[in-house]
Amino acid sequence: MMIQYILRRFLASIPVLFGILLVTFALARLIPGDPCRAILGEKATEEICARFIQEKGLDKPILIQFGIYIGEMARGDFGNSFRLGMPVTRLLVERLPTTVELSISALLVSMIIGIPLGIISAVKHNSWLDVGTMVWANIGVSMPVFWLGLMLAYVFSLLLKDTPFWLPPSGRLSPGVADTPFYQVWGWTVAETGLIPGILKFLGRLNIFNALITGNWELLKNAVTHLILPTLALGTIPMAIIARMSRSAMLEVMGQDYIRTARAKGLRWFTVIMKHAFRNSLLPIVTVIGLSLGALLGGAVLTETIFGLSGVGRTLYEAITARDYGIVQAFTLVIAVFFVVINLIVDISYAYLDPRVRLD
Amino acid sequence: MSAETKNIAKLDAEAMTLESVSMWRTAWRRLFRRRSAIAGLIILGVLTFIALTAQWVAPYGYDQVLIGKEPVKARQAPCIHLLGCPKDQPQHLAGIDGNVRDQFSRLLYGARLSLIVGISTVSFAIVLGTALGAIAGYFGGWWDTIIMRVMDVLLAFPSLLLAIAIVTVLGPGLINALLAIGIVDIPIFARVMRASVLSVREMEFVSATRALGGNPFHILFRRILPNALTPLIVQGTLGIASAILSAAALSFLGLGAQPPTPEWGAMLGAERNQVFTAPHLVFYPGFMIMLTVLCFNLIGDGMRDALDPRLAHVS
Repeated sequence: MMIQYILRRFLASIPVLFGILLVTFALARLIPGDPCRAILGEKATEEICARFIQEKGLDKPILIQFGIYIGEMARGDFGNSFRLGMPVTRLLVERLPTTVELSISALLVSMIIGIPLGIISAVKHNSWLDVGTMVWANIGVSMPVFWLGLMLAYVFSLLLKDTPFWLPPSGRLSPGVADTPFYQVWGWTVAETGLIPGILKFLGRLNIFNALITGNWELLKNAVTHLILPTLALGTIPMAIIARMSRSAMLEVMGQDYIRTARAKGLRWFTVIMKHAFRNSLLPIVTVIGLSLGALLGGAVLTETIFGLSGVGRTLYEAITARDYGIVQAFTLVIAVFFVVINLIVDISYAYLDPRVRLD
Repeated sequence: MSAETKNIAKLDAEAMTLESVSMWRTAWRRLFRRRSAIAGLIILGVLTFIALTAQWVAPYGYDQVLIGKEPVKARQAPCIHLLGCPKDQPQHLAGIDGNVRDQFSRLLYGARLSLIVGISTVSFAIVLGTALGAIAGYFGGWWDTIIMRVMDVLLAFPSLLLAIAIVTVLGPGLINALLAIGIVDIPIFARVMRASVLSVREMEFVSATRALGGNPFHILFRRILPNALTPLIVQGTLGIASAILSAAALSFLGLGAQPPTPEWGAMLGAERNQVFTAPHLVFYPGFMIMLTVLCFNLIGDGMRDALDPRLAHVS
């Protein structure tokens, strides 16, 4: 039953993936101006352009072009960035870890703080704690990410200078901190290109992961202190949303008869809340966490810009303003596919959490 | 007809009119019982007042450069007489910006823009979204499949990124940014409308209208749309909040309002590197954005609770 359900959800996301391919394909062709100079830069000569158009098949019918494009994407061939003069895939391996680290830590923080806050507010309904949490949550969802980020930087990097609470306002690491990737520490030889080396390099650039498995505590401390402010900036909105949703989901469940029955038969309050109430309010909470990830990826553009982190969001934004279409296409595609996968995971966890869902 | 039956008929008519307003009236009453919603309405009232009267209330014009007119420097900190700023200096409640303009005046003019931005994008998205959702839900079949798959694709992109991509295609500027945000918001309203249509499409009163020969438009607008109003209003109010936030973000990135437009996001974006030397230029515009978004969020939440009878027991 479960496998059938997963398979069905998976098949249902194929048209969406196809649509995403269509949108990213159309994006590059809708841009005003000719595609050759858009991709190779304004300085490309006539001959280079003619050769480029023939090589890329841009003189072929649009449907065939789309076919070629799908083939390239399926092989993971994202082309080159004319501006940075390097393969987009390499750029992705270089920049993705920053964003992954930032999004994961922001999501974790927002869940670890948001869910308990929501539960406590629901349990202590109408107490000062509940009112305070909700006031704070309302302000939290209304906060512009870029403003919060700048204000945090102002408070923690300037006002709290010379105190132990000082935090760095930009970058991933302080200059001079060694971030030798684990494969070099362990003396592995890694090839320049290929899938496995790509994955190893990607993992090696996840600073916290790298520091943990190589036991490099200085790197860990430095990476974490640099991550705190961006995480707070990016995590506040999802945290507020998750807290609100946890509260209202819990309130709805706790008003039901079986909760009273569970209490009446003498179960401890804590057991009732965690086992009977919380488990049943997980569904909307999981939904909202999945939705927050989208906002998180959008917010990453702003957070990375403010804190000087060269992650996927900032690279994509710079590529868009510089009209570097190789990057725009590939990065948009990767983010959208990632988003679809997240939604798939959310759907599957529904079925796991609530067996009734599998029957639809 | 005797006088008595006439009276009864009149009473009946009165009862019916009373009933038809009572839903909205109770909703209003419930809305006014919530302190957070009242706070939201008050903030909105003040912002609307500022927006309408900016040219009279603001001490300076939004693009009035003060060089040579007053002894002020670029990015000068706020000078408020009540808080001990020397009386011989000109008063600037929110300081001077990088182009030697009075930031307080620019903030006031910004209220106008933000309200227009929020309301116009959401109106655009509601009109297109409800139309698409209504077609998908009412006609079903291929219409439904095609429209809703397209909506799924739009939803598959993080909204800010999609808006950035659309602005790139259209070119930067406030109008294009609004259009982009409007397009990105369409799926939300399409889904709400489709769900409402599906829930009432097979009900007797709709079948009855169809049997009486009502055409699809009549059925959609007079029979089905009124039933979808509640979720649309709630979603629309919350949508205004997120639209203002997205527009500010686009302007912050330089893709929305262009100088010298006094748009809060753009004002903040222009001075973001000065946050350590002139924090007031970053603090005030961001605070105004937050306040505006907050008021629509509070009103939206209040309306959801007020219009949803199932939630009547919860707080």
